[in-house]
Amino acid sequence: MKRTIPVIITSVVGTVLIFSVFFPSGRTLGEDFSLFFDIIAVFAFFLGGGNLVRIHITKIYRQRPDWGFSIVTLIGFFITLTVGLFKLGNAEGISGSVTAAGSLLQEIFVNIITPLSSTMYALLAFYVASASYRAFRAKNREATILLIAAFIILLGRTPFGMMLTQWIPESFSILQIPNLAVWIMNSANLAGQRAILIGVGLGVVAMSLRLILGMDRTYLGSDSE
Amino acid sequence: MTKIAAVFLCLIVTPISGDILWAEDLSPAGNTSGGTFSSVAPYQPAPADNVVAVDHKYDNGGVIDITWDKSPDDPREILGYNIYRSRTDEPFEMIGFVLPGITSFADEGVENDIPYRYKIGTVREGGEFFSDVSAPVAAAWELFNFDLLNLFLLAIVVCGAVIWFISSARSGKKLFVRKIGGLEALDEAVGRATEMGRPILFIPGILDMDDVQTLAAITILGRISRIVADYDSKIRMPVSRSLVMTTARETIRESYLAAGRPDAYSNDMVQYITDEQFGYVAAVNGIMVREKPATCLYLGAFFAESLILAETGNSIGAIQIAGTARPGQLPFFVAACDYTLIGEELFAASAYLSEDPKQLGSLKGQDVGKVVAMAAIVIGTLSMTLASAWNISFMDWVLRVMLSIFTINVP
Repeated sequence: MKRTIPVIITSVVGTVLIFSVFFPSGRTLGEDFSLFFDIIAVFAFFLGGGNLVRIHITKIYRQRPDWGFSIVTLIGFFITLTVGLFKLGNAEGISGSVTAAGSLLQEIFVNIITPLSSTMYALLAFYVASASYRAFRAKNREATILLIAAFIILLGRTPFGMMLTQWIPESFSILQIPNLAVWIMNSANLAGQRAILIGVGLGVVAMSLRLILGMDRTYLGSDSE
Repeated sequence: MTKIAAVFLCLIVTPISGDILWAEDLSPAGNTSGGTFSSVAPYQPAPADNVVAVDHKYDNGGVIDITWDKSPDDPREILGYNIYRSRTDEPFEMIGFVLPGITSFADEGVENDIPYRYKIGTVREGGEFFSDVSAPVAAAWELFNFDLLNLFLLAIVVCGAVIWFISSARSGKKLFVRKIGGLEALDEAVGRATEMGRPILFIPGILDMDDVQTLAAITILGRISRIVADYDSKIRMPVSRSLVMTTARETIRESYLAAGRPDAYSNDMVQYITDEQFGYVAAVNGIMVREKPATCLYLGAFFAESLILAETGNSIGAIQIAGTARPGQLPFFVAACDYTLIGEELFAASAYLSEDPKQLGSLKGQDVGKVVAMAAIVIGTLSMTLASAWNISFMDWVLRVMLSIFTINVP
């Protein structure tokens, strides 16, 4: 019974939502279910916050390795929660918008969260460099093709690429590096991406059918009835 | 004295009549003719014309679409258009206003099966001019959206093929499914973590349970956590969504139960971090660097964090298996991970790992969809090339048929 009811719910809701696309009388069902999901997700925030507090308090209490970080986490969590709940520093008071300009929560977001996020995002530049170095080593045929394509695209996005190949006559302009780069992106690359997306679409259909038909119950932890 | 009085009267009356000169009488009876005009008007501006009202196609009723030809004075002299509606034998009432240049309006305040008439008031300085009244039209409820008939038929073909192959597999027919390297390596990856005494890190992406990739990740988690429970290994799953946390806990708990080891399960296996994208990345990177998991699995929806996570995993020497349906992130995973599940492989993983013939049959059903897609690409490319190069009208017709089949009119 514990597994049968979720499977029935999945089957009914899945089937209804598929048909709601084609039958106008059910057109708003998708939005309605999405709203139900949002309502459930709001309640789940409490679970998430509770889990975060419990894990870090346990870590501090038992003085596990790096428990100092947990203190920082909890302080940050409770300060942000208090500032947001009571709308501290908000010119319009408790009735104003939580993200009103000048409110303390907005200040925390602009001056702490945004710079920290930007810092993490900036790390991507270094990771791209190290990953590119590994990916573009011409150790086999595929990697060599990748290297050549990447080289053309990198050159094609710079004035140097045009300078190198501007002597090529107009009738063969496709061979100019910037045009080659555009061709690689718009033809070869786009065709590959579309092939992947067609496969994704079909994969989603097959997986959804397995879930709706109750064949795949691994999301319930086990295949058994 | 009489002359002076007459001139004075003219001075007063002219501006007043100028005001009412352009306006139509909107008495309850409703003047349905064109704009009224006094004998002293310098010229008569043309109002909007050719008002057509039709029932909004393929909806639940309650909507009528109105279109009209704009006034020749639009936009120089026109301030906008008022839309008027009348139920049968009732006066007109204004239901909306649109700016110059706009020639359509959707009336969403009508009742089904009641005829309505419409007219457009062209508003300009000093007055309003009216169009003729449209023919009466009633909003109606339609059962099926025929704009999506092609999508419906395609869905029937693909879903029918999937169900047919499932039935074939059920009847014992042997089906060939190609090997997927990333999934074949899962056992080895879990075994390696067990031998090294280090945890397995499972990252289900950063989207919530309403994303199909997260759902696929959770179905794979069910398989993996069962292997982890069997091997008595450890799984660590930091998540960025509360609902994913609760779902993943249930999934892992049930897997441990199915493996006969409920005592080995702990809620701490799944930990909520934060919804904030880069805050989550920072925390996961910290876990990787501190705990040095032997195996990292990234399965789900990923964005800019994909490479940051995968490169950190690479730097600690973990065996890494990734899978996502986002083409933009796949190159990063391919560059940084040992195995990558590309697109559909992510959705096929659960069925593949189950080795259940019925589920494998669903994978074969996908192939029919691929055959349809390939045939459409080849025929479409050929017909477009032939139609444009040699102007063959038959190929042009084929091309139009193909476009009508594969163009989806999203409501």
